Amino acid sequence: MSLLDVKDLSIRYTDKPVVNQLSFAVAAGESLGIVGESGSGKTQTAMAVMGLLPANAATGGSIRFDGQEFLGSSDEVMNRYRACRVAMVFQDPMKALNPYLTIGDQLRRILLEHKICAPREAREGTLAMLKKVGLPDPERQYGVYPHQLSGGMRQRAMIGAALIGEPDLLIADEPTTALDVTVQAQILKLLRELRTQSNTALILITHDLGVVAGNCDRLIVLDDGQLLEHGATAEIFTAPSNERTARLIACSPRLDVTARISSLTGGAKPIVDIDNISVSFRERRAGRFGHLHALRPLSLQLAPGETVSIVGESGSGKTSLARAVLGLIPAQSGTVSYAGSELPGLVQSRPNKVRRNLQMVFQDPANSLNPAMRVAEIVAEPVGIHQPKTKKADRNKLVSEMLRHVGLGPELQERFPHELSGGQAQRVAIARALIIKPKVLVCDEAVAALDGTIQSDILHLLQAEQADAGLSLIFITHDLSVVRQISHRVMVLYMGRVCELAGNEELFKRPKHPYTKALLSSVPVPDPTADPQDVPVAGEVSSILDPPKGCPFHPRCQHAVARCTTEIPKLESVNGTRVACHRARELDLSY
Amino acid sequence: MSYLAAIKPIVRKSRENRTIVVSLSILLLIGLLALIGPWLSPHHYASTDFEHSFVGPFAGDWHLFGTDDLGRDLFVRTMLGVKVTLFVAIIASVVSLGIGVAYGAIAGYVGGNVDAVMMRIVDALYALPFIFFVILLMVVFERNFLLIFVAIGAINWLDMARIVRGQTLSLKQREFVDAARLIGVSGRGIIFRHITPNLFGVVVVYMTLTIPQAILVESLLSFLGLGVQEPQTSLGALVNGGVGNMERAPWLLLMPAIVLALILLCFNFLGDGLRDAVDPKKKT
Amino acid sequence: MLRYALLRILGAIPTLLLVIALAFLMVHAAPGGPFDAERVLPPEIEANVARAYHLDESLAQQFVRYLSGLVRGDLGPSYRYRDYSVADLIGRALPVTLQLGLLAMSLAVVVGIAAGLTAALSKNSYVDRFVTGVAMTGISVPVFVIAPVMVLIFAVYLDWLPASWTGGSGVSRLVLPGVALALPQIAYIARLTRASMIAVLSSDYVRTARAQGLRTRSIVRYHALKPAMLPLLSYLGPAIAGILTGSVVIEEVFGIPGVGQFFIRGALNRDYTLVMGIVIFYATLVILLNLVVDLLYGILDPRIRGR
Repeated sequence: MSLLDVKDLSIRYTDKPVVNQLSFAVAAGESLGIVGESGSGKTQTAMAVMGLLPANAATGGSIRFDGQEFLGSSDEVMNRYRACRVAMVFQDPMKALNPYLTIGDQLRRILLEHKICAPREAREGTLAMLKKVGLPDPERQYGVYPHQLSGGMRQRAMIGAALIGEPDLLIADEPTTALDVTVQAQILKLLRELRTQSNTALILITHDLGVVAGNCDRLIVLDDGQLLEHGATAEIFTAPSNERTARLIACSPRLDVTARISSLTGGAKPIVDIDNISVSFRERRAGRFGHLHALRPLSLQLAPGETVSIVGESGSGKTSLARAVLGLIPAQSGTVSYAGSELPGLVQSRPNKVRRNLQMVFQDPANSLNPAMRVAEIVAEPVGIHQPKTKKADRNKLVSEMLRHVGLGPELQERFPHELSGGQAQRVAIARALIIKPKVLVCDEAVAALDGTIQSDILHLLQAEQADAGLSLIFITHDLSVVRQISHRVMVLYMGRVCELAGNEELFKRPKHPYTKALLSSVPVPDPTADPQDVPVAGEVSSILDPPKGCPFHPRCQHAVARCTTEIPKLESVNGTRVACHRARELDLSY
Repeated sequence: MSYLAAIKPIVRKSRENRTIVVSLSILLLIGLLALIGPWLSPHHYASTDFEHSFVGPFAGDWHLFGTDDLGRDLFVRTMLGVKVTLFVAIIASVVSLGIGVAYGAIAGYVGGNVDAVMMRIVDALYALPFIFFVILLMVVFERNFLLIFVAIGAINWLDMARIVRGQTLSLKQREFVDAARLIGVSGRGIIFRHITPNLFGVVVVYMTLTIPQAILVESLLSFLGLGVQEPQTSLGALVNGGVGNMERAPWLLLMPAIVLALILLCFNFLGDGLRDAVDPKKKT
Repeated sequence: MLRYALLRILGAIPTLLLVIALAFLMVHAAPGGPFDAERVLPPEIEANVARAYHLDESLAQQFVRYLSGLVRGDLGPSYRYRDYSVADLIGRALPVTLQLGLLAMSLAVVVGIAAGLTAALSKNSYVDRFVTGVAMTGISVPVFVIAPVMVLIFAVYLDWLPASWTGGSGVSRLVLPGVALALPQIAYIARLTRASMIAVLSSDYVRTARAQGLRTRSIVRYHALKPAMLPLLSYLGPAIAGILTGSVVIEEVFGIPGVGQFFIRGALNRDYTLVMGIVIFYATLVILLNLVVDLLYGILDPRIRGR
């Protein structure tokens, strides 16, 4: 008999169904992945199992756990199962943990509430659990508030809270989405280890097929509240029965596909020349003003029609780089030249003729479109500035042509941004940038907020624009699969310093910096036959306010030697790539 | 165009909200009555009639609310009070709106140290029992209408400044402002096309919450005898007059008190409702 | 934390000075001197009076003199009650006002929080609607309307309680003014408590606690109460200011010989030094209490405490 048996589950809000006739089962000790894009109903399903749906949700069908019907059960009944039989890990541990209680108190409370152990032993039990989930110094972390922990440590504490009642079923809802990729690998490894110790069943909810591939025996794929596919993970990956699933798998990020990128004509003068640019912020800390060095001096030349991706985890300085190049924040040092002539530091003082050539697409389209303006007004605004003499009729024609160009119908022209989907809004943002025919487009995590299939559409749109108009792209991202897909060259940043600058193929096949290698191996591979990465890089990014001496990566580097702890490596050419590692010549990190 | 766009969703949501519709209707009704009521009544607000002092409400000769100790018609006087109170409150709100929006917008737009200092000042002023300063002001200078406006306006701008500053700050950091800079929009264009239209809705809403506060201050001053002077009157002054005669003629207290309470209640409901319409997350 | 405390304490000093300067300048910017309204005095007597009150000195000198007096608790002589100093008058009236204020404040906090919590925990029920309705009325109807109406009902018609200070004794004469003074603050606190508790109960971390199988009682007690009460702490400052303002009205309505009544008398008689003294005294009181509230906040909020 299954541990959890969901039959014909339906959830709807007033007039909107979010889950429709969903059936699946989880056996004891089994791991099931629930995959789908945003709005597919996967989180709602999890909430229904936990009995945490809001009061205005109408439900149908049944959820049986070990014979007990959960759907419609009172909190009193549910509380007998929560924590001790079923537990849940939420997406963002910063929000999901109580900021006013210490980590220890939050875990101990569960032991006391469910009388799992004697009150005297609650502290010991909590400490043991904190140790089990890999908190380095449980005695200390017991008395610490969530904001004092790093993102990864917080999520470990969250997992500890879920497992402290030794549940038979653990539901993890996007447990690694809010984390850096190297930390994601650590957390996934932790989940695997804990499960082998305790035989806990797992429901892993994610949008990332790479995450389920190595972690789940079976898979269900949801789309718009409907069950698309249900089966063994390996089968679904090799032979999806459904066209949508096939597309999901095709669009899922992979590093092992060869990039389909245009070839560059060599010898052209760089269109953008970034020379020794650095960024620092004044930061008040413990009463004293200090400098937060977000970006150390860095140089980069961008050729016409070229795509350079800037990759890094949080705190790498990649966004500071983009904003300084565009003049949205002042650079502490260095210059940016466009087509051979140096640009004033801030965008306000750059002449309009040059300004139009450097445009940007931002991460969150909801934030980058003025909520009080209609789509047509947004796209027309740049035309009014740069070709003020354009007649109204011509301008309207330009706008509708541009909208069609980015794949939007004329019916959207009169809409406001909040009436658009994420993908539509990002297309509007791209249209606004492209209508004045820039030569360089900087994309700051431009597809990070979008679902996989839409992500790939947008990337194709940008690549097509590059092929047609010779657009140069600077692509800021944390997502290596996106990098693999579109870049000519890749620059890897860590704590404001360049680790490696190399051609696409070279970087992915023969990384020279241990950090690059760590990043590459942390990316979950959407291939169930591949072995999950079992030795992820240790630790997390150090505090940028208090960077380590020597190579910033050395505390996490398994190849570090004494020299790395004292001397900052310079960026040097090694076999045609630029690397900043003392041991770059001797190490062979190739795949 | 864009200003209208900013309040359009508020208007749409307001029409569906019963609280907003009802309270707005009552306020409009009271306002209308205050304007045309005295004109319909045969009595004048200042004309005394000692033979008909302390007449009860609805007791003939069109003394709807009765008469006071001097035989003056209470309905006409209450309507005058409404007119004066609303007038003072609206002007005072406009004053506080002007100061608050300008102060908050500057602090938010300039940002940095200027913002820090300006907001520390607001924080400091927040801690003061302002009404005492207003009373001191009233004592020191000759009482006049203008001074009342300015004084009340001067104490009510703090909230507005905080809200506008917060909004401006968050709008300024929104990426659409960066995007506007990149496509070449000038500083003026950013302020007028991209920031102010998005402030508009919030300002309109908080204005409706400022008015009842101003009413409260004005009527308090008048109640204490420091506001509007005879033969002019305001709701606070009428309540004060009613207290002196409440054992003999309770309607002198109750009628203006009910009208005053009703106005304040409606404004508060209206403001609350509008705030929810603008920002459903901040539901109270 | 120490730094936070130090900053707050240092921050209060300019505010205090600002208050004193503001009040001082206002009085000295009055058209003509404080004695102009009276009958015309012979020049030599006027000069004597001016010298006695140091009106012949420069504004800066007078301000420094006033400040140095303040430090010693000397608020100067009253212009009207010639034989008394302002400090004497405040000292005499303060106990009554304090009694009234403390009663109102404790009522406001206890009843307000209880009502707010009850409403929040039974959101959208009839109890909740009743509390929110009454609270809305409470913040809308001014004290000077509530107080006389209460007198009318409970003293005049029902004759349960004395209508004025002199008409009763002991606790009975404190009940009506205390309740009337507390009502608006009860309303504010109830609304605030309710809103804040509802916000906390719909937070992600309370959802986590529910997923951990904690009973509602445990969730409220261990997870929600503290974060829900913190915003209330920052309302205490405005609440104190509100009670002080209200006490002026209440003392006027009930004829209570407190600081507020001296203030109104002073205001109507144009007793500049008295009014200025009371303004400064109250402002200082409010600033100091705000400081205490700020420090408490720092102790209770772990995110501030860490600094």
